[in-house]
Amino acid sequence: MNQAPKPTAAGTTDKSFVKIENVTKTFAGLPAVKNVSIDIAKGELFALLGGSGCGKTTLLRMLAGFETPTSGRIFIDGKDMTGVPPYERPVNMMFQSYALFPHMTVEKNIAYGLKHDQMNEAERKDRVRQMLDLVQLSDLGHRKPHQLSGGQRQRVALARSLAKHPKVLLLDEPLGALDKKLREHTQFEIANIQYKTGITFVVVTHDQEEAMTLATRIAVMDKGEVRQIGSATDVYEYPNCAFVAGFIGSINMFDGEVRAMNGVASVEVPKLGATVEARENSSLAPGQKVKVAVRPEKIHITREPPAAGVNAIEGTVDDLAYFGKDSLYRIKLPTGTVVQVNNVNARRAAESERVAQWEDKVWLSFEPSSVILLKD
Amino acid sequence: MNELAHSSALSRWFNGNGWRQVIIATPYLWLFVFFFIPFLIIVWISLGKTAPTSPPFAFKPEFPWIYLEGYGRLFTDTLYVRAYFVSVYNAFIATFFCLLIGYPMALGLTRVSRSWRSFLLILVILPFWTSFLLRVYAWMGLMGSNSWFNKGLTGIWNTVAPQSWELTSIPMMNSNFAVILVMVYTYLPFMILPLYANLEKLDNSLNEAAMDLGSRPSQVFRDVTLPLSVPGIIAGGLLVFIPASGELVIPSLVGNAYDPMIGRVISDEFSSARDWPMAATVAVALLLLLVVPMMAYTHFEAKAQAGRENG
Repeated sequence: MNQAPKPTAAGTTDKSFVKIENVTKTFAGLPAVKNVSIDIAKGELFALLGGSGCGKTTLLRMLAGFETPTSGRIFIDGKDMTGVPPYERPVNMMFQSYALFPHMTVEKNIAYGLKHDQMNEAERKDRVRQMLDLVQLSDLGHRKPHQLSGGQRQRVALARSLAKHPKVLLLDEPLGALDKKLREHTQFEIANIQYKTGITFVVVTHDQEEAMTLATRIAVMDKGEVRQIGSATDVYEYPNCAFVAGFIGSINMFDGEVRAMNGVASVEVPKLGATVEARENSSLAPGQKVKVAVRPEKIHITREPPAAGVNAIEGTVDDLAYFGKDSLYRIKLPTGTVVQVNNVNARRAAESERVAQWEDKVWLSFEPSSVILLKD
Repeated sequence: MNELAHSSALSRWFNGNGWRQVIIATPYLWLFVFFFIPFLIIVWISLGKTAPTSPPFAFKPEFPWIYLEGYGRLFTDTLYVRAYFVSVYNAFIATFFCLLIGYPMALGLTRVSRSWRSFLLILVILPFWTSFLLRVYAWMGLMGSNSWFNKGLTGIWNTVAPQSWELTSIPMMNSNFAVILVMVYTYLPFMILPLYANLEKLDNSLNEAAMDLGSRPSQVFRDVTLPLSVPGIIAGGLLVFIPASGELVIPSLVGNAYDPMIGRVISDEFSSARDWPMAATVAVALLLLLVVPMMAYTHFEAKAQAGRENG
């Protein structure tokens, strides 16, 4: 993942171009966003990731000015946005429903925001042409929105929101309404346009893959709070809590108790029926209850017992699913616990030649460095 | 045996495509029997001449068997021209004020909370539960020169207006003003309801998008809400304009005798003058006057729509 161009820090020193400071929003007494603080750098492609009802859209709407924070402040390019109406903010938004004006042609939609700018007719025409070229819709300027496909509408919406050259572009589930193929293609296109224009993008999404492909940094939200802010690698490989570990990707997670902390951390995990070795963690002490988590693709399956120096557990294949590029195994341990293992099918092999078949006895092994320890 | 085969063919037809045809045909059949045939009878009567018989009209005994004098009189007798003009004028003014009052009400209905919305909608429909005649009589009472309403308005007028313009009461009854006022009151729900149905469907994110792109609320209304509510305005406008232009009861009760609307002319020709052919002629002409521009509009609108969709 994360092949998207990364224009982050490129020539920017201001780490808080968009500054969200202790923002709380309650609806009829119910908190939707709780004391959120986020700093977004200029030129960054920042993602707000979370399930439905986590407050990500409310936060985006507060950036756009459609909602007012109950408390806290939002700064954009150093200016306090408190009390600034949407039509005076230097931000533009791409709506989830696209919200294209059905009675206007594609060109008029794109030109709509420009009439409020000091701009003569020729400049305006020029800008509309540029935008149409940018989203590759040069031939469709005279169409009405209902004459376009879903993907084309999405691009018109993007062009319209970029036309005013906003300081910040807000995207609400930009790929939500597209089918899988188109979504993959458009992800790269959005990242590309962001790179070309250098505009700061804030994307709201519930799709972790989308967030990881697009964004330079991700804020994972849950129940109105920010759980972790970091790069795709940070939130995937180094989650800071059980929620983030479980929300991003799939994971095997068990309760454990720290036994020793001498060079390596030894954690007893009753459900695995074993003591697992992990990297030493100075914030943990013996006797402490922890969550032990390992990603399915970091566990290896072998017929033979693995060499020393890794965590090894024996089990039998309970179930397996073949996906082509990889296979998912569900391994049942003697304790009754089922562990998920992802095995990349790096070798071309017939069914009978697979690493393991149903009911086979196998060894599972994983490096101590692959083990994630999270405070309970 | 034959009976059974016949009924099963019928039921096969009905369960296949028949039920759809029956459903579609029912309103057309209804309109054919209760609108088109009566209309043809009216046209037929309009081609006769009044006669001391029962029914009180007769046809020309020789070729071409019809009289066209009635249609000629439409243009020569200023009573009819004037009545048409007054009708269309009054209906137009009433439609305009219904739109002016109804639009903000319909827009307001879409902006209030759900519970308030159903309450306010009931208030809009509530007058229908009282007899129409009773409501017109209530207005007659209010506008009469001895009512508290008229006295109150007169009091306000006398404090505001200069001494020389002082009035004992405001002459509202039996005027064209009264006709328009009561028509606006009566037809207002017919404007509000289609407008509300139209405005309620508009996606609020369109308003937000316009605002996001730099438009103030008034500009959002002008650029987005108003153009997208044109179908609602047309629907409401027609629902008010058409019955208002043929209105009989309101001008008869609160209007004046020297500015008759066409509905009253038809009624008078039919019952007082017992000139059925002339009444029928005026009715046919009224229908043509209303339907022809409407059909032309629909035709050109459909053409324009098709043009927009293909271009």
